[in-house]
Amino acid sequence: MSEFEPKVVAFLCRWCASAGADLAGTSRLPYPPNAIPIRVNCSGRVEPQWVVEALKAGADGVLIGGCHPGDCHYVAGNYKTRRRVYLLRKVLAELGIESERVRLEWISATEGARFAQVMAEFVAALKRLGPLHGNGGAR
Amino acid sequence: MPEIKPRIGVFVCHCGKNIAGTVDVAKLAEAASRFPGVVYATHYEYMCSDPGQALLKRAIREQRLTGVVVAACSPSMHEETFRRAAEEAGLNPYLLEVANIREQVSWVHSGPAATRKALQVTRAVVEKVQGNRPLRPAEIGVVRRALVVGGGIAGIQAALDIANAGFEVILVERSPSIGGHMAQLSETFPTLDCSQCILTPKMVEVARHPRIRILAYSEVEEVSGFVGNYRVRIRKKPTYVDPGKCNLCGECAKVCPVRVPNEFDRGLSLRAAIYIPFPQAVPSTYTLDEKNCLGLVPLRCGQCAEVCEAKAIDFDMHEEILEEEVGAIVLATGYELYPKEAMAEYGYGTVPDVIDGLEFERLLSASGPTRGEIRRPSDGKIPKEVVFIQCSGSRDPEHHKPYCSKICCMYTAKHALLYRHAVPDGQAYVFYIDIRAGGKDYEEFVNRAMEEERILYIRGKVAKVFREGEKVVVWGVDTLTGRRVEVRADLVVLAQAIVPSPGTEELARKLRVACGGEGFLKEAHPKLRPLEALTAGVFLAGAAQGPKDIPESVAQASGAAAKVVALLSQPKLEHAPEVAEVEEALCSGCGICAPQCPYGAITVDEVAHVNEILCEGCGTCVAACPSGALTFRNVEDEQILRMVRAALEVADVGV
Repeated sequence: MSEFEPKVVAFLCRWCASAGADLAGTSRLPYPPNAIPIRVNCSGRVEPQWVVEALKAGADGVLIGGCHPGDCHYVAGNYKTRRRVYLLRKVLAELGIESERVRLEWISATEGARFAQVMAEFVAALKRLGPLHGNGGAR
Repeated sequence: MPEIKPRIGVFVCHCGKNIAGTVDVAKLAEAASRFPGVVYATHYEYMCSDPGQALLKRAIREQRLTGVVVAACSPSMHEETFRRAAEEAGLNPYLLEVANIREQVSWVHSGPAATRKALQVTRAVVEKVQGNRPLRPAEIGVVRRALVVGGGIAGIQAALDIANAGFEVILVERSPSIGGHMAQLSETFPTLDCSQCILTPKMVEVARHPRIRILAYSEVEEVSGFVGNYRVRIRKKPTYVDPGKCNLCGECAKVCPVRVPNEFDRGLSLRAAIYIPFPQAVPSTYTLDEKNCLGLVPLRCGQCAEVCEAKAIDFDMHEEILEEEVGAIVLATGYELYPKEAMAEYGYGTVPDVIDGLEFERLLSASGPTRGEIRRPSDGKIPKEVVFIQCSGSRDPEHHKPYCSKICCMYTAKHALLYRHAVPDGQAYVFYIDIRAGGKDYEEFVNRAMEEERILYIRGKVAKVFREGEKVVVWGVDTLTGRRVEVRADLVVLAQAIVPSPGTEELARKLRVACGGEGFLKEAHPKLRPLEALTAGVFLAGAAQGPKDIPESVAQASGAAAKVVALLSQPKLEHAPEVAEVEEALCSGCGICAPQCPYGAITVDEVAHVNEILCEGCGTCVAACPSGALTFRNVEDEQILRMVRAALEVADVGV
């Protein structure tokens, strides 16, 4: 059996995290290809429901990437995200889903290397956790 | 209404080998042609080229496409290009989306995994575009007036250029006079022009300009609004002197019993509590410095008002808050020198005869505290041996600032040369790491200092500076000979690192403009958009963006002014239509959304309303709405969920 490859959905804000991912590309910094990037204007747009739906639809983990505190292009969207994700992780834990499967990271437009590193770390952590949906993705 | 069947076209770009070298583009196009909703899929070498765009336009017309996905580079690169092409072919531009398979796929992944991820990303965007609606940008007017923050040479130049193009300018300066650091300099490199002599004509021009309003002794308090329509609150501190009445006789300063360090002379002289920073100050008036006055409430002295024949002094003057509307903003807040407390190893701040470059400028200046005679601070003696230390606090990532402050090599050569002119029998030493004299006639100027003026340049760093009797001892190493060097000097001048002026970050936050790691204002693109901030309608000029000399600051200021003029000349601006909107039938009027909005774009009565012009499109309110009444145009929940499910399906199936 081949090694478990976690499936990841990454909601990235346009101004920081997605721009950071672009910079990782421009700088040719490789990272695991497990995540499907979905660009939104602000991490504040990410609804907790999206995260739940992504996990339901087969994702083993969800990454939300926003601007560093104080740097949000829209002033304070990332602070709202931080509170929402905090609450969501608590709820998920109650449901028996490891809260580590939902990760919120601040990645600036200049942090290409950090984006690659976050992606590698997250995928490694999900490999340790194993599939969310039991044996090989049955759900 | 019958559902119109989607007819989506997918265009996969090779980007030469940038994408095609890693992703199997033919396979991607072939697979995409079988995605639900897709009626046409192809691949081409360079989609952004003219033939590539022609291919796109032809297919839109011939295939009667209702939506387009271009799988290519990051949307930040060519989304605009492709959307304009779509519009030319008769398709609403908001029905075209870009799938990023270069920066986020081909440049970071390899092997079959790269093709598979490209498939996932493209599949997701194909799902999204089917939920897109045609949109039209809202049109907004432009306030044809600009705000320039900072009255140094960069701000002065920007204000003059904008005003001369026919637009009104508000120039805000926080100190009592415009002029900035350039007014403090004695001569400028490499021509040795007298700094004030070339600056003051510009200051006078600003003062006389019918379209420039100077708000000195004022600070920007708050900024709201958006490009073309900013609202600015400016706090104007009371000067307690009516500039219209003040005739500059100076009697007030003579009778004032207070003496405090004079900021303009960098503390090398004293001034009264009522003062004019320098004779050519603009606005031309005295200022009563409330903090150092013996007391205004209740009045404890009042001698200045008694001797003022012009009756210009008004102790009842109050702080004013001005509300102004402007279409564009130039930030020219300048620099400060790295604080002396930080350079303990060079005795700075503890040994009186260790001074910084700007203090030395004041000693050199004919209008300075010594009338241009070089006299050291401790005892007023003429120093016969002077050591200049370059890179003091610069290029030292372990202890101080990692970057090169850029102008210090040049001004140190100037200082040493001017010192030799003032004290012909004196000896000047310069400690340096390398000489960076990149600029027109700069290298020649440094050579002149080295060769004609017999200034001793020593390559090496200084380890320690300390006081011994009347002397200031400098210990260093000459790295070219490997020998230890000790100079028993009379005066040491430090070329301190250049840092952003205090308050830069705070101002940047008010404007939602980014600062780089060292606190300098960040440009939108380091190479291609060096004059703009990422916030539309905000432009940068001068040393606030990074260390710069005068010609560079002036050039950048003129560039920023040209950008402002281009913006203010637009008949209308377009506001992106991808914003939040309310489905009123679903809205209960709970009002949870309104406080989420950083722009005050939401008002709530029976139901919530979004002001489309104020909404910047973050979507934070949408995520907060408990009843699903708030939606985001072309990023609706259903679209995102379709993207997620479709992409994960591809992951299951594999390639």
